[in-house]
Order: sequence, then structure tokens, then C-alpha cells
Amino acid sequence: MIEFRSVSKQFPDGTVAVDDFSFVLPSGKATVLVGSSGSGKTTLLRMINRMVEPTSGQVLIDGTDVAKLDRVKLRRSIGYVLQAAGLLPHRRVIDNVATVPVLNGVRKAEARERAYELLDKVGLDRALGERYPSQLSGGQQQRVGVARALAADPEILLMDEPFGAVDPIVRADLQLELNRLQRELGKTIVFVTHDIDEAFTVADQVVIFRKGGVVAQAGTPAEILANPADAFVASFVGADAGRRSLQLQHRPGDDRPLVVDRDGRPIGVLESTVEAAPGAGASAQGGTAT
Amino acid sequence: MTLVLDALAWLFSPERLTGANAIPARLLEHLFYTGVSVLLAAVIAIPIGYLIGHTGRGRELAVGISGAARALPSFGLLLVVVLIVGTTRAPLAAVVAFVLLAIPSVLAGAYSGIEAIDRRTIDAARAQGMTEWQILLRVEMPLGLPLLLGGLRNAALQVVATATLAAYIGLGGLGIYIFRGIPLRRYDEMLGGAILIVLLALIVDGVFALLQRISVPRGITAGARTRTRGSTPGPRAPMGSPIAYK
Repeated sequence: MIEFRSVSKQFPDGTVAVDDFSFVLPSGKATVLVGSSGSGKTTLLRMINRMVEPTSGQVLIDGTDVAKLDRVKLRRSIGYVLQAAGLLPHRRVIDNVATVPVLNGVRKAEARERAYELLDKVGLDRALGERYPSQLSGGQQQRVGVARALAADPEILLMDEPFGAVDPIVRADLQLELNRLQRELGKTIVFVTHDIDEAFTVADQVVIFRKGGVVAQAGTPAEILANPADAFVASFVGADAGRRSLQLQHRPGDDRPLVVDRDGRPIGVLESTVEAAPGAGASAQGGTAT
Repeated sequence: MTLVLDALAWLFSPERLTGANAIPARLLEHLFYTGVSVLLAAVIAIPIGYLIGHTGRGRELAVGISGAARALPSFGLLLVVVLIVGTTRAPLAAVVAFVLLAIPSVLAGAYSGIEAIDRRTIDAARAQGMTEWQILLRVEMPLGLPLLLGGLRNAALQVVATATLAAYIGLGGLGIYIFRGIPLRRYDEMLGGAILIVLLALIVDGVFALLQRISVPRGITAGARTRTRGSTPGPRAPMGSPIAYK
């Protein structure tokens, strides 16, 4: 469990990135912080592994104030995936994945063995391990970034716009892979993005920010889609543009109605209806009617 | 044309290998002054350059000092240092002057090598849990090495050229042929000496060029062929260092 207790951050130039933020991120769930740039979401994420120190307030992991922990040890215990992967260009992929275990004193051969298993896990061919990051595609580099973050088997995974630098098709692919991994691993994921669709795809819980780290709304994707707190949230999730208000269009000769948006553009076909499970965000998504 | 031939004749005369002014002895002196000076400059400037590059502090100061120091007239500097240190300790004075001349290039190479690294790479290394020393040793030093060698290359060339002046204060080196030749109007000897110095400079430059090429990490050269996306910008163009990254 990660808890923010009235956390504020003012940068030396006077910018207030976060103002009195309090929130609890449950263990084993994916919480997505979403907002446009300048909303303080990345700052909050980086407070968890002390890449940024709050001006006031506390960040607690399982009840322990991170400010009391050793920075380096803390960071090694938390997986961190960032945009464009941030891999070390002069090290082979496999050594990039093994970075943290090697820093922790695991023997190199052992760390590499485990790193190869992680390549399998994130869906990369083991042969890519011998290559250098620059020889991989953007999507592959991103997978390496995820493998590296998982190498020390951390409880917490911080993901800072991890899929921001890849094309939409690869991106959708990576999002599904992340969901698959998460079902398998059940990590506490903190995910930052400015893409609301991405947020709804990976989140158990979504926090939407206004400028200056002010929370506009927090809840499951279903709650937010069904009841946007205000005009800002409605506009942010696209509800005001009619993208989220779907209608059924009955077609003669077919008992499966078509799902269309407000402008009549077809989204999919309604096969059946399901009961909303508590917290099951995906069922509230427009795109799930296939 | 005859002058060049005379110079070559002087250069290849068997007498050049014997006596007090044998070329090998003078060459060794020249290399000795160059080597010691560049080494001392490296010992002084590399840690400072790394400190500036790693912390990002003091950069303006370093740029200012490097820029100003590069404009120092080497002959004037040498004479001033000799006068301050004393003519009886001319070797020390010469080395001090050469070190002062070499420092700016080495300093620039050291800090620009670190500065040219993609900030996200260093940020990621820190976020993975590397200590500041580990970031320096495992990320910044290997990635900054080509530019550091570029700085050492500039420094070595500067000192090889300037060490010619050592002869003026009676310290030998290859400059002796030029300074001895001037009053005697022995143009073959002066030109022969000059050719030696030029050759030495070219060889030193070549050696450093080779080292620089070898020092580029394999992951960088491997990527140069495939790196086409705009999302991974290459290292910024280094200051005053001709280096083939692409």
C-alpha cells in the first residue's frame, strides 16, 4: 500500500507541481495517474522512489515513511519503467535487464539466467539478449524496460508514460501485455499517462488531475465513465463529445444490435450483456462491445 | 625546392643519430615533456571536469576558463612562468606552462563527455538504484570516454607544438634544431626540425584518433546503423572535438 499524506511540491522556480495531495494506492492493484502535462502526476510518481522529494507531507509504503529509507536501497526495491525505456546504450540487453540484481550483489551468471527468463516473460526472443538497445525497435526496448523493472521482483512498479514513445499499434499491444503480466504477477502498479484510453485499459483505479496536482476525480474507470464529477472530467474522458455515450441500433434480420456513438458511428456489435462486477473497470468501456 | 632537399639530406644524414643533438634523444625529450604535461593536466582536469559534468554545477565557470585559457599566447605564458618560477628551475617552469595550456582541452573533454549523454539515460540509472559513484563509473565514464579522449587529443597536440619552445629556455626537445638554426642561418636544419615536429604531431594525432574510435562503446556504434527514429536523439555535438559518432 502506498499512501500520500498531504504531499506538496514546489520547485525552486516557484512552480507548484503538487498541492496538498492525499491518496491511498491499494496493494496489488494498478492505479493510473492521468492528466495533461503540468498536472504534477510524474512528480507524484517520482516521490515514491525519492527521485523527487516533497516540499511537505509524507509518502508511506506499507506504513513506512520513504524519507526514512535509504534512497538507493529504496530505488532498488521498486521497479521503474520510463518513457523511451532509458536503457543503458553501452550494455547488452541482457545486462540491462540484470542491472538491479547485479547492483544487489547477485552473481552475474545467475542474474543473466534470471534475466533470460524475464525476456520470456515479457515476450521477447532470448536471442535479443545479446543485442544492444539501439538495435531493438521502440516496442522491444519498452519490453526490455519492463523486464528490467521486474528483475529484482519488486512489490511496486512505477511506470512513467512507459508506452508514450511507440506507435499506436505497438502501444495497444504493450498495454494488453501489461494486463496479462499484471494478472499473473499482481504488482502494485503506479502508472502515469496523459492518454485516458490507456488509463482505462490498464487501471483498476484512475486518478484524474487538473493543473497543479489537484485531483479532479478518482475512482474505477466504471465510476468515472458513468458519473464524471464535473465538466472538466467529462471533457477529459470524452463524454461531452459524445464519444462515450453509446446507443444500440437494432437492425432488421439480426437480433444482435449495433453499438453506435452519438453521431451514429458504429463501435461494435452487442453480443450479450454482463453484470457489472465491483471494480471491473473494463466492462464499462465503450469498446468492449464487440 | 633545394631547401626541402637540403632539409631531407640533413634529416637523413647518419650524423643525426649520434652526438649531443641526436634526433632520438631530442625526440625523447620532446615526448617526455609532452607526456608528463598531458598526464599532469589529466590528473588535475579530469576529476574537476567529471565533477562539473556529473553535478552540472560550475559549468559556466569552466566554459569561461577554458575559453579564456585557449586564447593564452603559449610563448608569453612560458616566459612569464619561467620568470616567476626562476630560470634555475626552467624544467619545472616549462612543465607548469604546458600543463596550464593542456588543462582547458582536457577539462572541456571531461565535462562535455558527460554532458553529451542523454539525460534520460542517467535519470534511469539513478532510478534503478545506482549510487552516484556507480552512475559515474558505469554510465558516465564509459559513455563520455570518446569525448574525453578528444580533449586529451587536443591537449597533446597543443603541447607537442608548444614543447618546441622548450629549446628557447635551454631544455632541448625537437625545437633545438630551429632555435639553433636561426642565428646560424642553417635553413636545412631549421626545416628538418620543423618537419620532425610536424610528423610527431601527426603521429600523436593519429594515435589518439585511433583510441577515440576504439573507445566508442559497441552499443553506440551498433546503433548508428539502425537508429533512425526521432525519439532517441544522439549525443549532442561536442565542443571542439572532431569525433565520428555517426
